[in-house]
Parts: sequence; C-alpha cells; structure tokens
Amino acid sequence: MSEQKDINRREFLKRLGIGTAATSTALAGCDRKNHSMAAGRMAQGEVPTDSMSYRTNPKTGEKVSVLGYGCMRWPMKPVDDGNGEVIDQEAVNELIDYALAHGINYFDTAPPYCQGLSEKATGIALKRHPRNSYYIATKMSNHRLVGQGLSPQELFDASVQMYRNSFRDLQTDYIDYYLLHIVGMGEGLPTLMERFFDNDLLDFLLKEREAGRIRNLGFSYHGDIRAFDYLLSRHDEFHWDFVQIQMNYMDYRHASGRNFNAEYLYTELDRRNIPVVVMEPLLGGRLAGLTDHLNARLKQFRPEESIASWAFRFAGSFPRVLTVLSGMTYMEHLQDNIRTFAPLDPCTDEEFALLEDTVQTMLKYPSVPCTACQYCMPCPYGLDISGIFVHYNKCINEGNVISSSQDENYRKARRAFLVGYDRSVPRLRQANHCIGCNQCVHHCPQSIDIPAQMQRIDHFVEQLKKEKL
Amino acid sequence: MLRKIRLTLAVLFFIAVTALFLDFTGTIHAWLGWTAKIQFLPALLVLNVGVIVALVLLTLLFGRIYCSVICPLGVMQDIVSWISGKRKKMKYRFSYSPERKWLRYGVLGVFIGNLIAGIGSFVAVLAPYSTYGRIASNLFAPLYRWGNNLLAYFAERADSYAFYETEVWMKGLPTFLIAILTFLIIGVLAWRNGRTYCNTICLVGTVLGFLSRFSLFRITIDESKCNRCGLCARKCKAACMDGKGHQVDYSRCVACMDCIGTCKHGAIGFRLRTKRKKGPMTEYTGQRTGSEQADNTRRSFLTATALVTATATLKAQEKKVDGGLAAIVDKKIPGRATPIVPPGAKSLRNVATHCTACQLCVSVCPNDVLRPSTDLKTLMQPEASYERGYCRPECTKCSEVCPAGAILKITVADKSAIQIGHAVWVKENCVPLTDGVDCGNCARHCPAGAIQMVPSDPDEDDSPRIPVVNTERCIGCGACENLCPARPFSAIYVEGHERHRII
Repeated sequence: MSEQKDINRREFLKRLGIGTAATSTALAGCDRKNHSMAAGRMAQGEVPTDSMSYRTNPKTGEKVSVLGYGCMRWPMKPVDDGNGEVIDQEAVNELIDYALAHGINYFDTAPPYCQGLSEKATGIALKRHPRNSYYIATKMSNHRLVGQGLSPQELFDASVQMYRNSFRDLQTDYIDYYLLHIVGMGEGLPTLMERFFDNDLLDFLLKEREAGRIRNLGFSYHGDIRAFDYLLSRHDEFHWDFVQIQMNYMDYRHASGRNFNAEYLYTELDRRNIPVVVMEPLLGGRLAGLTDHLNARLKQFRPEESIASWAFRFAGSFPRVLTVLSGMTYMEHLQDNIRTFAPLDPCTDEEFALLEDTVQTMLKYPSVPCTACQYCMPCPYGLDISGIFVHYNKCINEGNVISSSQDENYRKARRAFLVGYDRSVPRLRQANHCIGCNQCVHHCPQSIDIPAQMQRIDHFVEQLKKEKL
Repeated sequence: MLRKIRLTLAVLFFIAVTALFLDFTGTIHAWLGWTAKIQFLPALLVLNVGVIVALVLLTLLFGRIYCSVICPLGVMQDIVSWISGKRKKMKYRFSYSPERKWLRYGVLGVFIGNLIAGIGSFVAVLAPYSTYGRIASNLFAPLYRWGNNLLAYFAERADSYAFYETEVWMKGLPTFLIAILTFLIIGVLAWRNGRTYCNTICLVGTVLGFLSRFSLFRITIDESKCNRCGLCARKCKAACMDGKGHQVDYSRCVACMDCIGTCKHGAIGFRLRTKRKKGPMTEYTGQRTGSEQADNTRRSFLTATALVTATATLKAQEKKVDGGLAAIVDKKIPGRATPIVPPGAKSLRNVATHCTACQLCVSVCPNDVLRPSTDLKTLMQPEASYERGYCRPECTKCSEVCPAGAILKITVADKSAIQIGHAVWVKENCVPLTDGVDCGNCARHCPAGAIQMVPSDPDEDDSPRIPVVNTERCIGCGACENLCPARPFSAIYVEGHERHRII
C-alpha cells in the first residue's frame, strides 16, 4: 500500500472565535512563538497531511487510517427539474481527494446509501486514484429484499445480483472489506437465517473471500443481540476478519432501544482478537451539539478542540478499533476530524469519567436517539422523519423545548421552536401528518418507535400552538 | 394649517388601515383594529350606532372629513392624484364640473335595493372601504409578504427568529381580477380628475355629501377679496368649486382644504356658517359650465370557478434505498354542497347580508383557510376550505377583525362549541382500505373528539379500522380533512351548515 503523500496544500478559512476551534496539540512540533496572529498566520495552522494515525489489520498487515470515511452522508443537490435530488459529484470528488491527501484510506459505503447513489458516486471519485491507495468497504444489504415473499433461491439470486452491482458501481474487481449489512435488524436471528443461511448466501460469500474478490469479510450489527452472539459463536468456522459496531460514549454503557451496550460488543470482539470498525461514533451528529452547559464543560478541558473531537477520541482510544467511521458531508467536518486523528490523542481516565458524566446529564433530556441515518426514509406519506427529530433535538439542546408557560423564556422558546419547525421541515412533512402506519419502525437501527415519537412531538407542537403548556 | 392637519391625519389613517391588511401576525389589529371598525358602511351594516352617529355628526359639523381622512380609498385616490400633480404643468389641472345627480342617487338607489334584497356581491363591489381592502389584500399584501419572506430568508441565515416565511397564494381569481380592475379604473380616474369616483359612484360619498350640504363649518369664498381668477377651481380635485361664480358644491366638497392656501388673496376660508357676513349662503343650484365630462365606466366582472392546482404524481414504489422524500400531491377542494363560513358568522345569510367583502378576514387568517368566494351570489365574501390548513381551535382572528358584523366576535371557548359544518367520510379514499395500513390521523387530531376508529368489518376485530363521525359533536373545523393522508382528495371532508349551531 502506498500512502498518498503528494500534498495539495491549501489555504483555510480563518475560524476565529468560532466554537469549533480546533486543536493546537495536533500541530505537533509547531512552534508556538511563530504562531502569532500579527504575522498574518491563521490561528489553527494548516491541517496536517503527514501525521494521520494508523492501525494494522492483523490478517493482511495493511495499515488502515483510524479515521475512516463513511459514505452515507454525501452532499446532495436538487435535480435540475426540481424533482428529488442527486449526489453533488464535484463536492464528493473534492472531499475524497482531500481525504486521501491527508492520509484517510478507508471508505465505507453500501448499496442503499444516499437513495442508492452512494456506491456509484464513491466509485467515480475513487477511480481517479490508484486502486492500492485506499480500501473500499461495502455491504450485502439484502435486508431490503426479505419479507417480500421471495423463495430462498430467488433471494439468493437477487442478493448475488446486488453483490455484483457493487463491483460495477464501485468500478473495482475486488472489495477490501465486505460486510453482512445490519445483522440483527428485522426480526433479529430469524431474519439473519433467512438472509444468509437458509439460502447459503454466506457460503457464497466465504467462497468469494477464498477467491480473493473479498479480502476481508465481516458484518455490521444493530438490534437483536442473539444475531451478534450467534455469528461470533461460529467465528471458528467463518473467521470474521472484522466486525462493525455502533460505539460512542453514549452507547458504550447506555445504548437505547434494542441496541446493546457497546462495552459488551467490544469486549466480546476483543476477546476473539477481531478488529472493530466503529460506526456512529458521533451518533449522527448528536454528540457534536450538546447543551450549552455540557458544551462549556468539555470546552473548559480542551478549549481549542471541537465537541465532536471528544467523541472521535473516545472511539479511537480503544486499541482493537481498526477505524472510526465518520460520514463527513462538509469540508469543515473533514478538516476538523483530520486534526483530531492526526495524530490521535487517546482519552485519559479522567476524560473517560468526564464523558460518562456528560452522558448521565444527557440522559435526563427527552432527546430522540435518532442518528439521521435515513434508513426509515422515504416515508410513503411524505414525512421528513429525521428532519423532525433533528429539529426537536436541536431545540432541546438550545433550551427551546420548555415544559411550562411559567418558564421565563417561554415566549422566546415557543417562537424559536415553531418558527424553526416550519423552516426546517415543510408543513406537509411535519409530525402531524404521521398516520402511524408503522412501516418505518423496523428500518430503524436505533429501534426508535417513530410513530410514537411523532405523536409525542405533534402533541408538544399542538400545546405550543394552543399555548396550553 | 388645516390642510396640514388633514394631511397628517389622512396619512396616519391610511397607513393604519393598510397595515391591517398587510399584517399577517395579528398583532397590529389589537392596536389599530378600530380604524376598520369606524368605516361608514361596515358600521352601518353592523348597526354600530355610536360610530354612525359620530360620523353623521362629524359630517354635519365639518363636512366630508370622513372622505378625506378616514376612508382609505379616498386617501389612496388623493395619493394618486398628488403624484399625477407632480408632473409638469399639472399642478392646476382640475376644473369645475356640475354634479351628476341622477348617477349619484341612481347608484345609491340600486345599492339600497340590493342591500334590502340581501344581494351581497353588489354591495361588496361598490363599498369604498371594501374596495380598498380588496386592492390592499390582493395587490399590496403579496408584495409586503414577499418582502417579509426576503427578510425571513436573511433572518434564517442569521439564525434569527424575528421573521418567518409566509405563503403567498392566489386566494380567488375573480376577486383578484376585480381588485386589479377597480385599482386601474379608480387609479386612472384619480390620475386624471381627482375625486371623480367619490363624487359620482361612491355611495358613502353620496350619503355623506347629502349631509354635508348642511355642515356647520364649510369652505367659503369671501367675495370681497375674490378677483375671480379661478385658481381655486383648478386646484379642486373634487371639481366642486366654481371660483368665478363664488359657489361651492358642498355635497361634493371633501374638506381637503387645498383651496385655502391656493387662493393668493386669502379669499377662501373654512368658517362657521353663521359667521358669514357677506350675504346669505346660497346652495349651489347646478350652473352649467363647459367642463370636461368625467368618465362613467361600466364594469364587467369575470368569474372563474376553478383554481388550477399543479399536481405532482406520487411515485408509488417499494422502499429499496435509504433517504429521500416521497412526492406530495397537492390537495384539491372537494365539492361541497353548502359552503363553510367561519365560526362567528352565524349563518350563510348573515354573511351574505353583512359582508362588504373587504377581505380583512381573508388577510388575517393565519391558517390559509379563508378565501374569497367565487360563487356569483356571494362573490368575494369569505368562505372556508381546508386544503392548506384548518380552522385551528386557538384562533379567533377573523371574528376579531370583521368590521361589518358578518363574523361576530367569539372567544376561544365559544369556538369549541360552534358547529359550522360536519365531517363526511369518503370510503373510496380511506387509506386503511386503499393502502391496507393503520391510520386514524383524523381521529387523533379531532379537537372535538367526534371521530372514533372502528373495525370496518363488524364481525372481525382486526379488520382495518375506519373513522366514524359523531356529527353531533363535530364542529366542522376541518382538522380531519386537512390532515387526512389521502390525496388529492381527502377521505373525510367537511360539509358546511347554512346556520351555525351551538353544541
């Protein structure tokens, strides 16, 4: 493998005084004295290109950047005719070029991501670079095919078709990391059986690994712990090369819904020496935007680093972690994350304790544990499900979800919530249009009872509108 | 001085009334709502004796102050005329013309006939305040709202909640066309000849003109100082000054005081009638002069019955990928046997006989429920429909603003008990039956608890649940119709009631 080290040095925007001010510790060897603003230098200095932290894949010996690129949240733009949206390919190219130039070499996508457009866009961008300068991860997302009355053979054929499409869309003849996607969802173990065992799909994939078209085989897990335990119990047969789990300082000990605490998952994997790929290290951005109080407390400890960096450092601090995936939509997020991981400064025990305490406070808020992964969308009745949750959670963090009209900022908070609601979600896509058909529920990796949450938020909005709180 | 007072007051009133039609937040009405309530015709229709007596007394004292200060249509014409006068050599462009009694009283007679017969639309077309209301709400309000939306656009980017975006939509094509047409006609008349409309067509002008003949204070010409230059007549936008004959037609004089300062000899004054020294006051008798004829334009109105709504087709597809938003088809207006009028309106008849179609209620409706009727008999009078929103329980805006008694003031508590219509279920559209999914959104949002979900098959408890309406409890607010997932036609819609009931 060769690390891209020809560097396209870029100028960066000043981000003086902005809350996301980032690290100076990352600027190892940078002389503080030369860092004065008067000299016209930027406060943050340049994003380092040569100090990315790497971990070694024990099977192949390859070095994987601890910051991996999640390709689930590519920037979108409206189609010219105004109907729907497509991926902004130019922006993707820029982001991927920049990522590679700064040492990121792991790119994780899946067939259904970004309305089914992610693999193709990722493939186009990566194709412009030498194939040995990056690792591609994609997934067998045949969970979308079950429950439609297909026979095992039909499901097998459709799944293999999906597998081959990934090669075509990614424009490659081998895949570095291939995952059984979202194992444990649906009905859990029975769904896992239907997807991979009853139709012998797993045998097919194991053979593909032998043939070298799949270099590493693993699975990603959400939901039913029986599925996770079952697959690990047969590790001796299958030799999982890696496993992808949701791990962050919230889920480590306080997983929501049907999800299992990451502490257990990690320990089980660590015991078997299986490399861990971390997804949702930031809980879909929720851990980047905390309440003012929590925000200030973390900032006091490391005033020049972003709130998001805490979540990434938490995930990266575990030695068995191979890479930490982040779905970076914006260049600023990419830059901030590179600063965090180049090089990575693991959390101290004191910091772990601080994060656990942060979680304890967060648990007191009625936030919806949505990571905006959009697996639930499109809603057949047009709701912008994640948009509604994002707005609600944002208002909680900003103190605009009030519990009574006696609150001193009632007027202001009410206005901010209602006006902001109409701004972030078109009226026809708001919570009051949820009919409770329940079609979304089994798609949610966080097992949120979406209709119940919609009705809760709708009820809150009604109370605000009627001023009956 | 008098002119300056008149101008100041006129501008203040004009801004206040216009603000009522532009403001969509409902805050200005609390302060300035009275400026609509003191308008002559609405006050007459609502039998507001205090206001009527006050206006009559005002007119008997000072002449048609109402027309030059309070009436927004009058002030609008003055503004147009003033701009027109800014043109070169146009400062003194008027001339005296005799009164057209047959036209004035003819229009008044027809109007009173219609009023008694309860034909609202004719009343509506001629009422001056309402005419202005239509112009303001149809022509000015959209501009104001677009301006607001621009500010909202910036506010959103500045993370401010000071402005929020509002929807600008064509509420009724006939009303819009009538507003444009009246604006053009009255505007052209004012541009050329000042107050032609007020002194030939306007019925409030005719009624007040009749009263102002007897006013205590009035414009008088001191014949001893007058040199018959005729400058005052050329400055008189009401064309009521016969400077050469030393006569003023007090039925048409709107007491604008423009002539006072125009006279270079100080011959003109606004004086108490009894103080007149030079000869007995003679009423103008209708002297003929060769003056230019004011156009009397007959108008014809277009009606259109259908609103064109763009519809996008819903792509019915299996969910295979993540993310994205399903297309939403716009709702269409269902055919209603009886139109819906808002709570407080009491009955269709009450609206038809009281409403002057000023559009104030339509302008303030925050839920986009009210719009002007397109039906010929109730043309431009408000009616409710629920494609864009529904008559929310906490809102009583329209009842607060109505100056004419077409929608009477109600409280939020009253509203919860006023039945303006009832919901009707449409089996063919109901989602549990068509899509085979659970729904119940209508029942969940019914503020009256009038909808229950029951198994569609009485013998099978787990058959799809469908809504049943308790029409006795239903108040007709339209929450069910608006929030029904069936599109473009809802599976539950509201039929209006001719007479509202308290339940």
